[in-house]
Amino acid sequence: MWIYEKKLQYPVRVGKCDLKMAKFLMEQYGGADGELAAALRYLNQRYSIPDKVIGLLTDIGTEEFAHLEMIATMVYKLVKDATPEEMEAAGLGAHFANHDRALFYSNAAGVPWTAAYIQAKGDPIADLYEDIAAEEKARATYQWLIDMTDDVDLQDGLKFLREREIIHALRFREAVELIKEEQERKKVF
Amino acid sequence: MDSQWRFYKPYVSPFDPCRPQTVKRYVVAPNQFLVFQPPNLPQFPPMKALRKGTLWPALFSPYDGQGEQRAGDSCE
Repeated sequence: MWIYEKKLQYPVRVGKCDLKMAKFLMEQYGGADGELAAALRYLNQRYSIPDKVIGLLTDIGTEEFAHLEMIATMVYKLVKDATPEEMEAAGLGAHFANHDRALFYSNAAGVPWTAAYIQAKGDPIADLYEDIAAEEKARATYQWLIDMTDDVDLQDGLKFLREREIIHALRFREAVELIKEEQERKKVF
Repeated sequence: MDSQWRFYKPYVSPFDPCRPQTVKRYVVAPNQFLVFQPPNLPQFPPMKALRKGTLWPALFSPYDGQGEQRAGDSCE
C-alpha cells in the first residue's frame, strides 16, 4: 500500500504563459519514456525480480509517480486558462476536441499511452537493463525540454527531474551488480 | 570542475541545404563512471541537496541547455 503526502516532491513554478510547452511536456506524461511508463514498469517488474532489489523497484516506481504529479502540475498550469483558439494555435486543437482542458496520458504528438511501451521479461538482467535505458532516455527527454523553453522557473523543475533520472540509472546499475553475485569478489560495499 | 560535455565533428557536405553545425555535443553524466557508489562520499547540505536533486556532489550533473549550437562552436 501507499501513503500519500499532499505536496509535490519539488516545487513546480511556471513563469511564462507558453501553451506550446504544455504539448511538449506531455512527452514525459504519457510518452514511451515518460513518468507513467516508468512507474508502471518498475512496480510491475517487482514481483519477478530477486528479493534484494524489489525494494529498489518499489522506491523508484513510487518516486516516478511523484514525478508524474509534477509534470501534471506543469501541464495543468499552462492549459487551465487557455481558450479553444489558443489551444488550437498551440497545436492542441485535437486534444481540446477530445478532452477539453483535461490531462490525458498521451505523448507530445497526441498518441495515447500504451502498455506496449513497457516490458516485463521475467529475466532480471533483461528487465534491469531496460530500466537503465528508460532512465537515460528520460534524462535525454528532459534535456530537450530544457532546451525548448527559456522559462527559468520551468527549467528549474525540469533540471531537478533530470538529475533524479541520473541517480535512478546508477541505482539500477548497482542492482545489476547486486544480482550478479560474483563469488570471488571480496568487495565490501 | 571538469566538463561533462563531449564533442565531435560530423561530416559536413559541400552540398548541405542548411548551415551546418560543425560541432555536435552530448552530455556524459557522472553516473557512467561509478559502477557501484562507494560509501561515505561527501554530501551537499540537506537544503541544497533538495534543490539539486541529489545528496552527492559527485553525482550532480548541471544542464543549462545546448544554447545556440552553431557553426564554429569550440571543440575544447
